[in-house]
Amino acid sequence: MIDNTLPQGLRDNPRLDQWIGFEVPNRVRISTGKVELGQGVLTALAQMAADELDVAISRIDMSSGDTSCTPEEGYTAGSLSIENSGGSIRRVAAHVRAMLCEAAAVQLSCRAGELRVSDGQILRGGTPTGLDYWQLAPLLDLTTSASGGTQLKSAAERHVMGTSWPRTDLHGKILGAATSFIHDLAPADMLHARILRQPWPDAELQGPSDIDMQATLGTSVRLVRLNTFVTVVAAAERDVVSAAERLATRLHWRGGTPIQRDDTSPASLKTQPSTTSAVSRGDAPATTEVAAKRISRSYSKPFLAHASIGPSCALAHFENGSLTVWTHSQGVFPLRGALARALRLDPAHVRVIHVPGAGCYGHNGADDVACDAAIIARELPGRTIRVLWSRADELAAAPFGPPMLVELEATVAPSGLPLSWTTRIWGGSHLRRPGAHGNINLLGAQALPDQPVPAPSAELPEQAGGSGMRNAWLQYAVSHQTVHNTLVADLAPRTSAMRGLGAFANVFAIESFVDELAAEAAADPVAFRLAMTPDTRARAVIEKAAAMAGWRAGDRRPEGHGRGFAFSRYKDRAGYLAMVVDVGVEDTVKLQRVWCAVDAGLVISPDGVRNQVEGGILQSASWTLKEQVLFEDGRVASCSWDSYPILRFSEVPEIDIALMDRPDDAPLGVGEVAQGPTAAAIANAVADALGLRLRDLPLTRERIIAALQKP
Amino acid sequence: MSASRLLHINGQSYPLLAPGDASLLDVLRNDCGLMATRFGCGAESCGACVVLVDGRTVHSCTRPADSVVGHAVTTLEGLAIDGRPHPLQQAFIDEQAGQCGYCLSGILMSAKALLDRNSKPSRAEIVAALDGHLCRCGAHARIIRAVERAAVTLAATAHQS
Repeated sequence: MIDNTLPQGLRDNPRLDQWIGFEVPNRVRISTGKVELGQGVLTALAQMAADELDVAISRIDMSSGDTSCTPEEGYTAGSLSIENSGGSIRRVAAHVRAMLCEAAAVQLSCRAGELRVSDGQILRGGTPTGLDYWQLAPLLDLTTSASGGTQLKSAAERHVMGTSWPRTDLHGKILGAATSFIHDLAPADMLHARILRQPWPDAELQGPSDIDMQATLGTSVRLVRLNTFVTVVAAAERDVVSAAERLATRLHWRGGTPIQRDDTSPASLKTQPSTTSAVSRGDAPATTEVAAKRISRSYSKPFLAHASIGPSCALAHFENGSLTVWTHSQGVFPLRGALARALRLDPAHVRVIHVPGAGCYGHNGADDVACDAAIIARELPGRTIRVLWSRADELAAAPFGPPMLVELEATVAPSGLPLSWTTRIWGGSHLRRPGAHGNINLLGAQALPDQPVPAPSAELPEQAGGSGMRNAWLQYAVSHQTVHNTLVADLAPRTSAMRGLGAFANVFAIESFVDELAAEAAADPVAFRLAMTPDTRARAVIEKAAAMAGWRAGDRRPEGHGRGFAFSRYKDRAGYLAMVVDVGVEDTVKLQRVWCAVDAGLVISPDGVRNQVEGGILQSASWTLKEQVLFEDGRVASCSWDSYPILRFSEVPEIDIALMDRPDDAPLGVGEVAQGPTAAAIANAVADALGLRLRDLPLTRERIIAALQKP
Repeated sequence: MSASRLLHINGQSYPLLAPGDASLLDVLRNDCGLMATRFGCGAESCGACVVLVDGRTVHSCTRPADSVVGHAVTTLEGLAIDGRPHPLQQAFIDEQAGQCGYCLSGILMSAKALLDRNSKPSRAEIVAALDGHLCRCGAHARIIRAVERAAVTLAATAHQS
C-alpha cells in the first residue's frame, strides 16, 4: 500500500534508485524531475540531500529533467519544487542513510544507533570505522520503495539547509562558461533553422510554390515545408536569418481567423462563448445580520506576454526511428508525451532532455520551439536541428497569460466589515500546456496532417490550487462567500500558464477591494485586515510588513505620494506574504520603496527565497505598471521591446525583505507568492496618492491622465 | 576577402572569414566559438549582446564584424585576470546577482566600462549605465548592489597597490 502522506513525486516514483545513486566513487547522484529555471532549485535540493545524508554538498551531482533517467515529476511550476521534489529527496536521503547505517552495523557487529556519519564516512564513538557509503552502497537494494517513515533531521541537526549556499548554476553564467544555456549547444552535425509563421491561426499559404521558394533561397539554404509550417534550414546561422527575412515578404497568406481586437479586451470576455461554474462556502448570512450596504467593483488585467529575455530555442535529432530533443521546457515528461502523439512515435523512442534557457515563468515558447525542431529533424534524419525563435515570435507567438475580469461584491455590516462576498471571474484558459486535457497543445503540430481536434480547456481542480479560481477564496473571515468562475476556453490568441495563474488578477482585485471597503468604513487598511484575520501566521506577516514600513494609521503622505498595503497566502496553502509599497505619482507611477514580510515555513536557502521574492515583486511591478499585449490588423502588434516595454533599472525601487523564522515548520513554496500582492499594493498606493482608484491594469500614464481628467 | 583581416578579441587574434555584413555577435558565437555574448532582440533594445570595443560598450547584434577590425574587442570570456574571476565577476558571485543569468553577460560588460571610466560611481550613475539592459527575472536590485560592491573592492585593490 502506498502511503498517501508521501509527496506526490515519491508516490509516482517510489523506487529509491530513481532518486539516488552511488555509482561514482565519493560522489552522490541525486535525481529530480524538476528543472533549473534560474530559481536556484537544484542548489536547494542538493542542500536538502546533503543534510539528510550527512555528506558535503560538494559531493552531490544533481541529475535533472531527462526522460531517460530522472523521476517523472510533471512540470516545474506552481511553487511546488521545494515542497514536493524537496520533500521526496529528503525522505529518500533519510531512508538511504538509515539503510547504509544498518549495513555498516552488520559489518561492525554493533547497533546502528551507535554509528554516526561524517561526509559519507561511518564513525563509531567518534572514530572512523574505515567504512564509507561507497563501500556499503553495493550491499543495498535501492530498487526498494521509499517508506517515508525515517525521521527527518530536526532543526538542530541541519547544517546546510537554512544557509544561503551559493547557487551551483550561477557561477558559470557569470564567468562566461562555454555552454551555460541551450542556445550555446553546437554539436558538429548541427543545422540551423528558422520558422516563418502564419500571421494568424488557420491562414492558408497561397504561394509561392515550393520550387519558387527554394529558388529564392539559393543553394545554401533548404526549404522544409509541411502545409503551413514553413521553415528554412542551413549550416550557417547567418544564412537562415537572411533567408527567413527574404522569404517572409514573399509569402501569401489567405483566410484563417485574424484576431479581432474588440475580442481581446477584458470586458469582451463577458460576451464570448464560455462556461460558468458557481461554488459557495459557508452559511448564507443570517437574516438577523443586517447589511448596512452593498458595494461592488470591477477589476481587470490584459493579455500579458512571458517576454523571456532570450528567445526560445531547442535542438532535435531523429535517427533510426528515435527522437532526442534538448529543451528548456518546464516539463520534459509531458512534452515527450505530446511530441510522441504529434509525430506518431512511441514515447519509448522519444527522449527529452532539459538544458537551461533564459528565465521562464510559465508555459512560454519553450515547448513550441521543441516541437518545431522535432518536426524538422524528422524531415532531415541524422542531423541535429537547432531552432531559435525571433524576438517577434517570442513576444507574439508564445502563449500569453490570459486577460481576466474580476467583479467583487460585498454586503457590509454596520461595523464596515464584510458579511458576505461574491466573486465573479471571467478569464481565458491558464492551462493549455502540452498534454493538458489530453491535448497536444504544440504550435507547430497544428500544421501536421490528421491532428486530433483538441478537447476544451477546463479549470484546474481545487486540490491542485485552481487556475482561474486560484486565490479567489478570501483568506479573511467572511462567513459566506460565492465564487462564479467563467472560462472562455477558446479565447484567441492562445493563452496558458503564467506565473501565479489567476492569483495575479484575483489578489489584485481582492486586495484592492479590501482597501476600498476599509475606505468606506473609514478604517485603517492594516487594522481592517487584522480585524478579519484569524490565522496567526497571516497576522504575523501583516504586522511585520507594517512594522518594517513604520505604518501608522491615518498617516498623510505629501502631495503626489502614496503608500499601499496588500497581503496574500499563495494558493491558500503556500507561502504567506504581506507588503507595503511607497510610490510617487505625477503622470506616471514611480516605485520608491517596498517592505515585504514572507513566511515560507522552513527556509532551505534564505538568499534563494529573497531572490525569488525580489524577482517576483519586480516582475509583477512590471506587469502592473507597463505591460499589455497589443493587437492591430488581425495580429499581435507588440512584437518588440519598444511596443512591449518592461521594467527598467531606473524604475526599480529599494526592496527590504524579512523572512519569518519558522525552522520547525514544513517548507512553503514562494516562487509565485509576490505576484498578486505586488499589484494590489501598488494600486492601493496609487489610490492613496491620487485620491482616486484605478481598477484596470496596467496603471499606465494614459490611464492615470484619463482618470485625473474625468469630471 | 583578404586573409589578413583579423579580429582582436580578448587579446587573441581570430581571422575574419564571414561576409562583410555579418554581425559581430554572429561571428563571436558561430566563428570564434565565444558563446557568452547573447542574442536577445537583434535591435539594440535589450543589451544582452553588449561587448566592449576599445573599452566602449557596443551592441554586437547590429555592429558589422568588419567594422571592428583593428580594434580591441572584449567579451565576458576576456574579463578574468590570470584565470581568476575579475573583481566585478566576484562581486556578482558574492551578491548572487542574477536569476536565469541570460542578461548578465551584457550587464557585466557595461558595468566594466562604467568602472573603468568612473571608479566611484553613485547608485544613480550605475543605474544610468545599466538602463539600456533588460532583466526579466527582476534581479535588478542585487545587480546594482554587485556593481557597488565591485567598486569598493577595486578601490581597495587600487589603494593597496
